[in-house]
Amino acid sequence: MTQTTPPPLYAAQEPVFPRKVSGKFRRLKWWIMLVTLGIYYLMPWIRWDRGPNLPDQAVLLDMAGRRFYFFWIEIWPHEFYFVAGLLVMAGLGLFLFTSALGRVWCGYTCPQTVWTDLFILVERWVEGDRNARVRLWKAKWDFHKWRLRLTKWAIWLGIAMATGGAWVFYFTDAPTLARDLLRFDAHPIAYATIAVLTATTFIFGGFLREQVCIYMCPWPRIQAAMMDPDTITVAYRGWRGEPRGKHRKAAQAADAAPRGDCIDCMACVNVCPMGIDIRDGQQMECITCALCIDACDDVMDKIGKPRGLIDYLALSDEPAERAGAAPKPVWKHILRPRTLFYTALWSLVGIGLIYALFMRSDIELAVSPLRNPTYVTLSDGSIRNIYDVRMRNKHAEARVFRLSVTAETGVQLQLEGHEEGRSILVPADKTFMQRVYVTAPRLDPAATLARSDIRIWVEDTATGTRASQATTFNGKAE
Amino acid sequence: MSDHTEKNVDEVTGVETTGHNWDGIEELNNPMPRWWLWTLYATIVWGIAYTIAFPAWPLISGATTGVLGWSTRADVAREIESHDAQNGALVEQLLAAEMDRLPEDPELLRYAVARGGAVFKAQCSQCHGSGAAGFKGYPNLLDDDWLWGGSMDEITFTVRHGIRNDIDDEARYSEMPAFGELLEKEQIRAAAEYVYSLSNDDAEPELAASGQELFAEQCAACHGDTGRGDREQGAPNLADAIWLYGGDRETLIQTITYSRFGIMPAWGQRLIEADVRAVSAYVHGLGGGE
Repeated sequence: MTQTTPPPLYAAQEPVFPRKVSGKFRRLKWWIMLVTLGIYYLMPWIRWDRGPNLPDQAVLLDMAGRRFYFFWIEIWPHEFYFVAGLLVMAGLGLFLFTSALGRVWCGYTCPQTVWTDLFILVERWVEGDRNARVRLWKAKWDFHKWRLRLTKWAIWLGIAMATGGAWVFYFTDAPTLARDLLRFDAHPIAYATIAVLTATTFIFGGFLREQVCIYMCPWPRIQAAMMDPDTITVAYRGWRGEPRGKHRKAAQAADAAPRGDCIDCMACVNVCPMGIDIRDGQQMECITCALCIDACDDVMDKIGKPRGLIDYLALSDEPAERAGAAPKPVWKHILRPRTLFYTALWSLVGIGLIYALFMRSDIELAVSPLRNPTYVTLSDGSIRNIYDVRMRNKHAEARVFRLSVTAETGVQLQLEGHEEGRSILVPADKTFMQRVYVTAPRLDPAATLARSDIRIWVEDTATGTRASQATTFNGKAE
Repeated sequence: MSDHTEKNVDEVTGVETTGHNWDGIEELNNPMPRWWLWTLYATIVWGIAYTIAFPAWPLISGATTGVLGWSTRADVAREIESHDAQNGALVEQLLAAEMDRLPEDPELLRYAVARGGAVFKAQCSQCHGSGAAGFKGYPNLLDDDWLWGGSMDEITFTVRHGIRNDIDDEARYSEMPAFGELLEKEQIRAAAEYVYSLSNDDAEPELAASGQELFAEQCAACHGDTGRGDREQGAPNLADAIWLYGGDRETLIQTITYSRFGIMPAWGQRLIEADVRAVSAYVHGLGGGE
């Protein structure tokens, strides 16, 4: 083999100019965009009255106060397992959707896809459809081109700023922050966050687009491991379409070679936001946005052929359909042991979380025995163990909590700093730590056993609600 | 590329190859986008700039400090300063407070105990243990037995002036004689048996009885007629369940024969006043405070 100069290892980005398309998947994507962006931009502005001393923002990640508010739910840091549980559900959900529907996340709901879609909408509105945009791209930088480009960039920048701006509202009271932002009075971190997210939105949505999916995102490379021959993807029925070619009258003459249904009109390629040809088969670049299905169905209608030359198909469909079988309904691909198993797992975690959510008490305690040393001998020979009791008052007002101990032995409980009395005032919406002494008299069984069981109780004196935790008492074993 | 004329194209994939050929296996050429290369260069530039801006390059002694002058130590110092400023009012209150009345102000007490805990870990835990349970010869501060008094004022005094040191004139001082030079071994054994009998049921009654006479003569002046000790002189209560050096016969004989002489530094000369007060409040709050 002879080789003169090595070929270039880097190539310039090929711009993609997706053509306008209409159809049922395009309509679905518009609705998903409306709902997802609507939720993202408007959510921080929903108010939710929680009473005095608590924020009235429906969704709020209060980092400084270490609380997460979601409508009627309030998550404390020690309940972070809810977040872990939701992440587990998100992971399982991803397995489920990928094994059933392939890259449906990429095609419909990924922020990169949604915002790129929105940016392309703006682009089309300012500069025109595909052909006009190709012309403009090739045109010289005259006044006309500058005017259109600057208009487009200005609108993009506005969207990008709104995107970065909406993000910070989730972390503090939105109306207050909005006022502070406008008065240039807000925390520098708020401005920095907005600046970074504005830049990424502007660049990723406006310029990098499909490059993000192909070269930056790990997901397209991972997803192949989660798909199988029954997974639904967007595919071209080559067995029906080939050999492709123009349907001219001459070609339809009796003596001409037989033609497939594909008229090679390039509609599927022209609408593709990734700039690929779906007829080349399944490929890493395809985000399964289904716009080529809409484009091809439109053409098939016009030339009087059945729809579905490009369609949602599974890999296993090809041999069957080539052999002449009728297309298999999508739901038969989706309902299979693997997806049912994922659904079951996903539901189990979900049910567990909901159960945990409703079983939460308004008061809680955590008992930490102090084991340095394990016990203290007092001068009368009695044995004392020390415990730190953390009490959580989740009410919006201070409550008096009463502490007590139960055991089969004769142990007594005393609060640190209190000679008498076992009640303590716990401030509103706070965790309060109280050190308690549990003492066993000299000859009590608890004093001489290495370990015995005790249970520490806390009672809300206002409501009578009780909570308890079992722990161990260490005695002086001879 | 104008000089790149001859293309090698892989037949199966239709992708151009790099022309590299290993035993018939050819490498496909799917070129990376050029912006990706520029991003790589940008990270290299960033990396170099970073090492100039921040401490990075090791030198023979130390490292480059970076042109921005950033340092973790300076950050910590700044943070401590800002916390000190925040706590300024509380420190003022602590310095002005009467120690015995500290528990009346829960917020101030909380601050003092938290601050004192840090002081204790750094200065006191070497002898008294990180949990304040002490060791042989170093008192357990968690129990309700005090050699020199367990009120907030008395603890503060002990911390400030120390015990049996020759640095502070006001240090707590007392000295038990080494009775090995004054008494016969048999007498010491009898005295030890009596002390042992004060808190144990299995003492030899006759030996203890003769020891009791000796105790009345030699020991009661400090430890009291019934062996309950005297805080004025730091004389331990010998009738309770708590022993600084051990309550078995052998240890008691050793203690009486050679005496004991535990020393504690005068912390008033080593710590700032606020820390003396804070650590006293912490010790008082460990469980035995009176």
